[in-house]
Amino acid sequence: MSPDPAEAPETTVGEDAVGGQEAGRRLSAARALDVDPLLDDPETRIVVCCGSGGVGKTTTAAALGLRAAERGRKVVVLTIDPARRLAQSMGIDSLDNVPRRVKGTEGEGELHAMMLDMKRTFDEVVEAHADRERAAAILANPFYQSLSAGFAGTQEYMAMEKLGQLRAREEWDLIVVDTPPSRSALDFLDAPKRLGSFLDGRLIRLLTAPAKLGGRAGMAFLNVGMSMMTGTLGKLLGGQLLKDVQTFVAAMDTTFGGFRTRADATYKLLQAPGTAFLVVAAPERDALREAAYFVERLAAEKMPLVGLVLNRVHDSGAAGLSAERALAAAENLEDPRIVDQGGGKAGLRNSPDTYGSSRTPAPESAAGDPSDTAGNSATAGDTASEEGSPADTDRPVDRLTAGLLRLHAERMRLLAREQRTRDRFTARHPEVAVVDVPALPGDVHDLTGLRDIGTRLASDGAED
Amino acid sequence: MSRLQVVSGKGGTGKTTVAAALALALATEGKRTLLVEVEGRQGIAQLFETEALPYEERKIAVAPGGGEVHALAIDAELALLDYLQMFYKLGGAGRALKKLGAIDFATTIAPGIRDVLLTGKACEAVRRKDKQGRFVYDYVVMDAPPTGRITRFLNVNDEVAGLAKIGPIHNQAQAVMRVLKSPETAVHLVTLLEEMPVQETADGIAELRAAQLPVGRIIVNMVRPQVLDAAGLELVRTVERSSVAQALSAAGLGGARRGGNAEKLVDPLLDQAAEYSERYALEQEQRASLGELGLPMHELPLLAEGMDLAGLYELATELRKQGLS
Repeated sequence: MSPDPAEAPETTVGEDAVGGQEAGRRLSAARALDVDPLLDDPETRIVVCCGSGGVGKTTTAAALGLRAAERGRKVVVLTIDPARRLAQSMGIDSLDNVPRRVKGTEGEGELHAMMLDMKRTFDEVVEAHADRERAAAILANPFYQSLSAGFAGTQEYMAMEKLGQLRAREEWDLIVVDTPPSRSALDFLDAPKRLGSFLDGRLIRLLTAPAKLGGRAGMAFLNVGMSMMTGTLGKLLGGQLLKDVQTFVAAMDTTFGGFRTRADATYKLLQAPGTAFLVVAAPERDALREAAYFVERLAAEKMPLVGLVLNRVHDSGAAGLSAERALAAAENLEDPRIVDQGGGKAGLRNSPDTYGSSRTPAPESAAGDPSDTAGNSATAGDTASEEGSPADTDRPVDRLTAGLLRLHAERMRLLAREQRTRDRFTARHPEVAVVDVPALPGDVHDLTGLRDIGTRLASDGAED
Repeated sequence: MSRLQVVSGKGGTGKTTVAAALALALATEGKRTLLVEVEGRQGIAQLFETEALPYEERKIAVAPGGGEVHALAIDAELALLDYLQMFYKLGGAGRALKKLGAIDFATTIAPGIRDVLLTGKACEAVRRKDKQGRFVYDYVVMDAPPTGRITRFLNVNDEVAGLAKIGPIHNQAQAVMRVLKSPETAVHLVTLLEEMPVQETADGIAELRAAQLPVGRIIVNMVRPQVLDAAGLELVRTVERSSVAQALSAAGLGGARRGGNAEKLVDPLLDQAAEYSERYALEQEQRASLGELGLPMHELPLLAEGMDLAGLYELATELRKQGLS
């Protein structure tokens, strides 16, 4: 252990808890991610931010969009379900499914932002693919209304659909997408495929055209299955719902082709060279576990992962002072001062007898720690008593200092915990580049806050 | 005390952890609780450090005092086949339906049906009795979907009864709604003392109330200990740097003079205190907003060592102490 806590190099974050070796390993294992080259590259057309709920995905997407815009690009940020004040900070608190120019950005570029309205997006798709009469029939169908407004998964489909639409308009150089707060963060990847396979499925064919199937010899057995099935579904769902579904499916028949083509196109778009995925997480067990799944899944789907954005990472300007030493020092200060009791100070202070049996072991080990500790305490004690015995004026500073040390101990434990969690991730995925974004005490509500996060997203990479 | 305890909360607030701790806390003196998971994430298995849970109720923990916690990961597809088997004896037909994609359709595409199956299974466990006519489980605790989706998830009546106006699904939805809207049920919301989760909690409560679903308690999770009191926070702004340096030196952390080791600690420590002070003020603000919601409120501490099985028991003890069981 360094004899001088404040002199310890800053890079050995959590050294005392994790061990110097671990800290060294971290530096060599995780590459630093620099977002600027990514944002500046005209080849980058889509950036997808994904990760589990509550890790700051939307904020990250907004900050990246702002940074790219202020570096000269024409950007649109597609948010799914932004916190109210974040949306207000970008001026998109009206949910109208249309990109709006964000005012107050600096430089040549432009930032547009929009909030996804899934029902509206679905309606637009229907209107685009069916003639007016048919579209009206679909939009009025109760099954459709429930499907478009509610069920788990629509949001994912529609987010991908909207992405495809925005990309097709060729109005922006860069689209930054936030992903829906799904049951599983992976759902949106499955959305296009699932929709496609559902629409291609035999069930749909049965529901849409039972007569057609009956004509084919090979499908004869399906007729048995079908009558049994529609019978069962009828029993289960109630005949009227089944009828609604059938009407809906029949009305949608012609639009299915379009749906499927678009779903496939969006999926391919995600694999294309111009797309970059950023996994967003916080240094917490669950979030990083989800992030690891994500990394594996993206690799399996051949989707280009650029790196991991680790939000809310803590740091300390006094990382060389361990939690244990800080706590021991705090207990030293909180000890009833010998001067107050008017007894012999130095002698008593250093005597093990003054420590009652109720003491925790921590202060004892501290008292016996480096020999200069005891020496310093004694001299300081002398100084204190020389300044006169108004212990009352002196104590608040001691109490405060003890509080500062306890705060620091808490911080150091947090650092150690974060380090352990990320070590686990790094061990599994040493190939993933990481950028840290420091924890901020409050939430972000304005462009200044977003800009600040953008700077942090870029500068961490630049420094390392 | 309601027998169905539904735990929701914004993503990242630790609702699974709180649900598990609550199940443990309620399993007092020989009581049996069932902890159900509905989102297929296997969060319960991870918390209790056991292998992945099948679609089958099994004992996963013994609570202090002899109670038992059982767990079940409800799978919508299996629940549907289960249900078809139970009511229609549809062994073979169930398989045929699956082959045709009808099960997929019903559980993933058809709106609301998935939710009816999930909540239906939980309500079935609430009502289930043994041969002596006693409830099999004293409490059922559900690790539910997040706050943003909870009302829609529980309000299957609106979703499904409107679509299926007759038939077993309709009846099932009605039966489920009777349990969910009764005092048998309480929906708790887990939050952190941060702006977004608190805002979402307020919105969630308004939605639940509008749907006439019984709102239970607010559980504030991961509350950090108060290290500096009001006087301390005041002093952070006014204190002489040199006197802090002297105190640090007195505590054995090196020299108090300029450039000395103790002196070099002063700035970083005061910076951390300023951050703490800012966060503390924000937390107080959030606490006050939560207070305005007019619900019983409980606080669970942030565990310094992170979440593990021991921590889970610690939280359960805390919940018992605060009278949640």
